[in-house]
Amino acid sequence: MLKKRQNSRKIWQENALFALPLQPIINKQIQGIMQNYELMVIFTPVLSEDEFKSVQKKYVDFIAAGGGKLVHSNPWGLKSLAYPIQKKTTGIYWVMEYVAPSDMNEKLKIQLLRDEQVLRHVVIKLDKYAVEYNKKKRSGVSTGTEKLVEG
Amino acid sequence: MAKANEIKYLTAIKTEQPKKKFCRFKKYGIRYIDYKDAEFLKKFLNEQGKMLPRRITGNSLKYQRKVSEAIKRARQMALLPYVTDLLK
Repeated sequence: MLKKRQNSRKIWQENALFALPLQPIINKQIQGIMQNYELMVIFTPVLSEDEFKSVQKKYVDFIAAGGGKLVHSNPWGLKSLAYPIQKKTTGIYWVMEYVAPSDMNEKLKIQLLRDEQVLRHVVIKLDKYAVEYNKKKRSGVSTGTEKLVEG
Repeated sequence: MAKANEIKYLTAIKTEQPKKKFCRFKKYGIRYIDYKDAEFLKKFLNEQGKMLPRRITGNSLKYQRKVSEAIKRARQMALLPYVTDLLK
């Protein structure tokens, strides 16, 4: 009986040893995984053309500094809001697609919330279908939704 | 009680079956619902900007969930109104 118990203990220890080297690999994956994201920002309508460009550059540089990469930037420009935000009825929209490590978004969020020129922002994680859809939309290929908009 | 074959109607009863609803995302192979496309999302809203139920649109549960997520995002980013009149 005693021998049996010792034996099982030995097996457990062996298994534990076997599991040890896996641990750092898992941690590495959690920290450095690259994901596709999309950022949409509404800026105040009082921005001039140059200010709008410089503020775009600021965030693109911020993402590059955090180890990310810009995929596509699409400034929509001045657009009327569906309801007033901070007593403003229009806003300047900017949509940007980027690839970045997952821990960068928290830092980006702090920057966006501190910025007084930003009325509202949203960061969305894109799945593979979304990446495909955006790519199609950019190159002007039919995405399958046009048919539904018409009919 | 009259028997079934003895009952006579004043107007002819409708024998035509109502058209079967279908999930348009499944039918047209749409895998991603874009929150930026407000015109598309308006298909799933009524005049007050409320979401239409599945019972009317015929969406499958999977895509209804995605539609609702997209609509809520669009509302947050002021692409669609939360409440309104005469949306369409």
